[in-house]
Amino acid sequence: MKAQKSIIAVAGLTLIILFAVGNYLFKVDQKKKLGFLAHKNFQTFVRDYSPTLGPDDAKVVLVEFLDPECESCRAFYPFVKKIMADHPNKIKLVVRYMPFHGNSKMVIRILEAARKQGKYWETLETLFYYQPKWGSHHHPRPELIWEVLPEVGLNIEQLKSEMTNPSFDKIIEQDFADGKTLQVRATPTFFINGKALEQFGYQQLEDAIKKAIAE
Amino acid sequence: MLMHIMKESFSDNPRAWALIFAAWLIACIATGGSLFFSEVMAFSPCVLCWYQRIAMYPLVLILLVGMFPINRQTFKFSIPLVGIGWLLALYHNLLHYEIVPESASPCREGVSCATIWLDWLGFITIPLMSFVAFTIIGLLLIIFYRKYCR
Repeated sequence: MKAQKSIIAVAGLTLIILFAVGNYLFKVDQKKKLGFLAHKNFQTFVRDYSPTLGPDDAKVVLVEFLDPECESCRAFYPFVKKIMADHPNKIKLVVRYMPFHGNSKMVIRILEAARKQGKYWETLETLFYYQPKWGSHHHPRPELIWEVLPEVGLNIEQLKSEMTNPSFDKIIEQDFADGKTLQVRATPTFFINGKALEQFGYQQLEDAIKKAIAE
Repeated sequence: MLMHIMKESFSDNPRAWALIFAAWLIACIATGGSLFFSEVMAFSPCVLCWYQRIAMYPLVLILLVGMFPINRQTFKFSIPLVGIGWLLALYHNLLHYEIVPESASPCREGVSCATIWLDWLGFITIPLMSFVAFTIIGLLLIIFYRKYCR
């Protein structure tokens, strides 16, 4: 009986230790892989077509994989804007899409069509602001988007006709493919100068950006 | 009465103990492995995966408690979970190998159950590992039952 108990304890402990070691090795390996990608293949992080905010020669390139229908992305957005305001001309934000929700692709098409009218960021902000209305998970009502868009001052008729532009589908496909390569499995996912955020969180994001600026 | 209970326990039988211990160990590995996939590697579990988890995770505790002492109750309380988990894993694999069309799958939201996250050596997928785990645990418990509980 005593020997049995010891065997069980040893087996249990061994498994727990294996889990912890595996966790550590996996994170180290992933860091290496992504660092390698950042050096060899910058295109995977930033495509020519990607919407950007901030100067091109900014010290920090902050790549955000986001989904306009994702609540966390909505919650993070003002925070990202605040960090950018706190460090003027130091950060260039690059938006990549990771459509994980039911209406994400349609909303991305609206965003891209709004970009043609030069109102990309205003539209993104407005969509985030009203997201609880149109993008509730239990009861999404994407038709409500059309009620809030005039607030941005967009030409709605033009936007509706441009939304179907097939080049937008290519953008969505390419972003999704790049996201898969970079192992983006949740939104928002941030890369700071090609380095993945090690731990997800507001403070962690700010710290990582500050560190990159100081480097 | 005491004699009766003593007679019922197989804890002193090393073979009976080894069978239950092996089943428990596999349940532990399956539980740890599935948590590794979802929490460390960040694969989102699909609906069917969650149902299989519901059947697998409790086995760690039920078989552990069932080892003190080992008797027919150990079998009785664990086999329903193993059976349900095995059926779900079987169905999940049928989806994977496209024997059952994906449109017949119950997943409408989130991750599709036909999404293949892992493909080691060209044939080892997560649902296959689940199926193998439930099968081995089931076989061990059935051997235990047939040898010692009848």
